[in-house]
Amino acid sequence: MAVDPGLPGAARTQLAVAGARATTAAALNRKGSGPRVQEGLFLALLLLAVGFALAGLAALLVWSFVEGLPRLDANLFTQGPSSLHPETAGFRTAILGSVYVIGGVIALIVPLGVGAAIYLEEYADKTRWWNRFIELNVQNLAGVPSIVYGILGLAFIVRGPLDIGFVAAAGSMTLALLVLPTVILAAREAIRAVPPSIREGALALGATQWQTVRRQVLPAAIPGILTGIILGVARAIGEAAPLLLVGAVTFVTVNPSLFEGRFTTLPVQIFNYAGRPQEVFHELAAAGVIVMLVVLLAMNSFAIWLRNHYEKKLS
Amino acid sequence: MRKLLVLAASTALALGAAACGGDDDDSGSASTSGGGSELSGNILIDGSSTVAPLSEPAAELFMEENPGVTIAVGTSGTGGGFEKFCNGETQISDASRQIEADEEAACKKAGITYEELSVANDALTVVVNPDNPVDCITVDQLKQIWEPKSKVSNWSQIDGLENAPDADLDLYGPGTDSGTFDYFTEAVNGEEGASRTDYNNVGEDDNSTVTGVSGSEGGMGYFGYSFYLENQDSLKALEIDGGDGCVAPSPETVQDGSYVPLGRQLFIYPSGQALERPEVKSFVEFYIDNATTIAEQAGFIGLTEEQVTEAKDKVAQLAG
Repeated sequence: MAVDPGLPGAARTQLAVAGARATTAAALNRKGSGPRVQEGLFLALLLLAVGFALAGLAALLVWSFVEGLPRLDANLFTQGPSSLHPETAGFRTAILGSVYVIGGVIALIVPLGVGAAIYLEEYADKTRWWNRFIELNVQNLAGVPSIVYGILGLAFIVRGPLDIGFVAAAGSMTLALLVLPTVILAAREAIRAVPPSIREGALALGATQWQTVRRQVLPAAIPGILTGIILGVARAIGEAAPLLLVGAVTFVTVNPSLFEGRFTTLPVQIFNYAGRPQEVFHELAAAGVIVMLVVLLAMNSFAIWLRNHYEKKLS
Repeated sequence: MRKLLVLAASTALALGAAACGGDDDDSGSASTSGGGSELSGNILIDGSSTVAPLSEPAAELFMEENPGVTIAVGTSGTGGGFEKFCNGETQISDASRQIEADEEAACKKAGITYEELSVANDALTVVVNPDNPVDCITVDQLKQIWEPKSKVSNWSQIDGLENAPDADLDLYGPGTDSGTFDYFTEAVNGEEGASRTDYNNVGEDDNSTVTGVSGSEGGMGYFGYSFYLENQDSLKALEIDGGDGCVAPSPETVQDGSYVPLGRQLFIYPSGQALERPEVKSFVEFYIDNATTIAEQAGFIGLTEEQVTEAKDKVAQLAG
């Protein structure tokens, strides 16, 4: 086994450690031709990347406001869709549909996502093949295109085993499946980031594992978990394709309910109006983009407030 | 932080107000002054996104007169609509082409009967850049451009085309799920779905074709007449020579049948089972009665009197 029997084990380890340290130190101390120039270049690249992302957002906002400004009025919130009177049509049924669907998504992803993350981080035995299999699958599912979830929803939720029909709850369940991997991954990271000393302290004082998780680990991880939920909800609220498959319609004048009757959501309605030939519908679509931004901003600001609230409480 | 909270609170208020203001009370609405209408129930329409701009105003007008009836319109596409229709999940299917054999079989298997009713005419319009000197194109020349594996890349390569400019072809067309694509490929290339594939595929967004063709000297694209009608100043519609000389797309040429082969009809397919319900029967009759007005308002071409009579006869027979 031993490569060099003449050298005792401890000495060999010392040698290896010293070598590694020397190599690292050499790499760190190596003076480039111009570290300042490189630093400046890297900073410029980073700013460029941020600039690109912000420019896209700014372009969208400017376009929506310029195009949709003449239509920004109370009708947008109080009126339903109309092909006869597009100049006074609104997004009432779509806003409510989005709120119902997203409310359902939140109700599903919070317990399921956080529960799965707690299990995988705190309870699962990582040497077992099934736990590793679950982990691998969660990571892979995060990359599946949304339309695939739409087909899954149509086959298993709308029809098939669950058979609940083309209702808002089917949309919630489909979108919940879509964003669940994101939420689980983020919640796991947040739980993992809680220092082990906190767990060990609680356990040493005689707390059970569940008491430790509930009283110490979860409160400390909440800000990170909320970030994951915000990201998940932001993705779900903008989805149109999977919802079209599970029954979102483009014209519905009555307010939705979770388990009865057809529904529509903001992205579906905007998509429909944007595809019409007449200019008046394009204005309506642009105004819809603004409405959607307002709804998203309202939901996110509440979540961010919640996160800050917990962050303050802990520090 | 405070600003965000204020924003969140005001939005929540606005949403709440919207929810309260919009609460439609379904119960007891049949007795309101809707011309003595006692009809009530839910009607679900799904299918072609081309026909939805007709079904939506029809539904809206009907609901104004019959507040007890709620109608929802979806846009799953002609094929997607028939899939749900033959599964018994919708009452009426919108279609921008006729039902196909496999769809017919699915309906038959599920025991769903139906009737095909025309609700409007449309002219598939071939558009080019306004600076393009070409005015008229034959079906054969269209085929040279659009047939599968076509190698034509410049307007000057098209056989027998008069005034052809020396400009690179820049083609725009709908996605393969579209009924418009099915109809155009069948009419021009002789086989449904057969098309060259190296064109700019705009999916369902025909407005991209408008932007693309109006911004490119050698641009060419095709879509429904309403998209041309709204963009006449930035696009030029080609006259089509289907064998009997050049014919421009217009309501007259489509109605008299001279705009061949790109004049088409748009359909609704109500199911026989649904027509037994009085509100569905009443809605379908209403739709056909007002089809011409609705079609013209939405930028389509109205039915001819002959077509209206035929559709009315069919409804009368169905309703027994």
